[in-house]
Amino acid sequence: MTDVHRHPAPPARPDATPDPSQGTTGKAADVTLRAHGVSLGYDGRRVIDGLDLELPAGRVTAIVGPNACGKSTLLRGLARLHPLDGGRVTLGGEDVGGLSRKELAKRVGVLPQSSIAPDGVRVAELVGRGRYPHQGWFGRHSSTDDGAVLRALEATGVADLADRPVAELSGGQRQRVWIAMVLAQETDVVLLDEPTTYLDLAHQVDLLDLLTELNRTRGTTVVMVLHELNLAARYADHLVVMSGGQVVAEGRPGDVLTAASVRAAFGLRAQVVPDPVSGTPLVVPLGRTHDGTTR
Amino acid sequence: MTADLVARPADPDAPGAPADPVVALRRRRRRRLTLVVASLLVLLVAFATLALTLGEASLAPGRALAALFGVGSDGDLFVVQRLRLPRIETAILAGASFGLAGAMFQTTLRNPLASPDILGIASGASLGAVTAMLVLGLTGLAVSGAAFVGALLVALAIWLFAWRQGLHSIRFVLVGVGFAYLCSSLLAWLLASVEIRAAQSALVWTVGSVADVRGADLVTFAAAALVLGAGIAAVSRWQGPLALGDDNARVLGVPVDAARVTSLLLAVGLVGVATSFVGPLAFVALVAPAIARRLLSDGGAALAVSVLTGAVLVLAADVVGQHLLFGLEAPTGIVTGLIGAPYLLWLLATDRRKRLA
Repeated sequence: MTDVHRHPAPPARPDATPDPSQGTTGKAADVTLRAHGVSLGYDGRRVIDGLDLELPAGRVTAIVGPNACGKSTLLRGLARLHPLDGGRVTLGGEDVGGLSRKELAKRVGVLPQSSIAPDGVRVAELVGRGRYPHQGWFGRHSSTDDGAVLRALEATGVADLADRPVAELSGGQRQRVWIAMVLAQETDVVLLDEPTTYLDLAHQVDLLDLLTELNRTRGTTVVMVLHELNLAARYADHLVVMSGGQVVAEGRPGDVLTAASVRAAFGLRAQVVPDPVSGTPLVVPLGRTHDGTTR
Repeated sequence: MTADLVARPADPDAPGAPADPVVALRRRRRRRLTLVVASLLVLLVAFATLALTLGEASLAPGRALAALFGVGSDGDLFVVQRLRLPRIETAILAGASFGLAGAMFQTTLRNPLASPDILGIASGASLGAVTAMLVLGLTGLAVSGAAFVGALLVALAIWLFAWRQGLHSIRFVLVGVGFAYLCSSLLAWLLASVEIRAAQSALVWTVGSVADVRGADLVTFAAAALVLGAGIAAVSRWQGPLALGDDNARVLGVPVDAARVTSLLLAVGLVGVATSFVGPLAFVALVAPAIARRLLSDGGAALAVSVLTGAVLVLAADVVGQHLLFGLEAPTGIVTGLIGAPYLLWLLATDRRKRLA
């Protein structure tokens, strides 16, 4: 069971190189997210029906699948952004539905697909709003908050932009700032709904590197919905392939992403070869024009 | 690997160890806030002094101030304490209420156009008051009560039409604009169908004036506004996350629907109270928060500063309407409209980035 989720030679695990400067709360606490028979839908139309899934703690998990397979809906259900029609979600064995929203916000950070930066807000101020769940009804902006904001800015490499209006930033910088806001929440689990959408390839790679670093240095559990299969295979420790509202395969990318599973989930014929850089599976799609028999 | 470890202590992110940018930014923001608040207070005192000294019985500032503290002739005391002071207090209270309510509407619905005057909530109050006067023949505080009920009823109606599994700001604004037209049509019809003298007396409810609130009414107004203002202060913490979008607000721990309902209910109450005493005062709820946000420009709701910009705006409009319009005396609401309408046009012309519903 445990071996399935483990890379052959993990480069730098949080348990191998604990970083004393990082004050992640409750390292010992179990932060495994589990879906137990979860059903989700819109206006009576079922998208996901009785789905079971375990998202391993301390790992990077990517959820992939074709359009409308329910992957974003599942993430929204896990994050309590979408009401469950059935089943339950647990975090370390505890029912998420039983927590107050604020309590959940202290444990699980979420980057939704659409976010609005208010007019004139500056980077450090936006990131500071991630401290909301930790602030009391009256007491605002303690030095703890300032410290968490600064750490989040530094971890995402936007500390030198702290003073800039968010509206003036590039798409890649802005996405880093939103991730910094989620990090300022200082949660052990971070869920991201297609964080690389609208970014060019260079910024996609950069963002996934950033998330991997956060996982490696802070031990943050990262769960993200991704569109780009090859990047998902390269960066995920644990890959979940969905299709038609169901999990069709999960495990190590090397085990999960095969020509057969790509065909089953996406209806796409493909060759799967080792990525020359990372050794992870690289999906090379076939089509009518290029069907693999001629060049 | 070892090179990494050696290089680590010399933090590349902090050359020359600059001051913490987070703390530095917050300090600058606080200085800005202090400056803005101080400037607005100075303006408020200046206009109040003007309002105390100008008029048919022109008093020098010294004499007016002395009379304010009970020193001077009986005539001076009467003019200052009975006539001018209540009017100034009413203007400040009304402006503060409309400014605060407008700021709550605009940030809660995330739309700079979503102010109670555009949404028909102020028109609902006018309609309630005029109906009470012309149809039911009521007078005094009962008319104010009817205005308050009118505001609440319109808000409730917008609510019922706009609610679809949660409150969506665009639908709320569009439905509200529809109700604004409905209310003003009914109002025009009512005024056209009664005797001209009765219509004349009801006219103040369609434009608004701070001239006739004093004594017990003023105390009631102040108490109600204070209670609702305190309520708004208590829930103001929700505004920060709400501004980032519903999803973000939820994942940060805000109960979005409950927060929106509570915020709007308090704001509707405040508009209802203010309109019930001074009439609608066009554009104050729209313009005062927009000016406040522009002065601070920090992406926040600017609630406290909207209180001040609203107060300054209405007091200034009243001084202008009373004394500076070439001998004509215009009700406060006409002057605020004259200031507000061009501002709205300018806002529409310059805010290209925002999708105004």
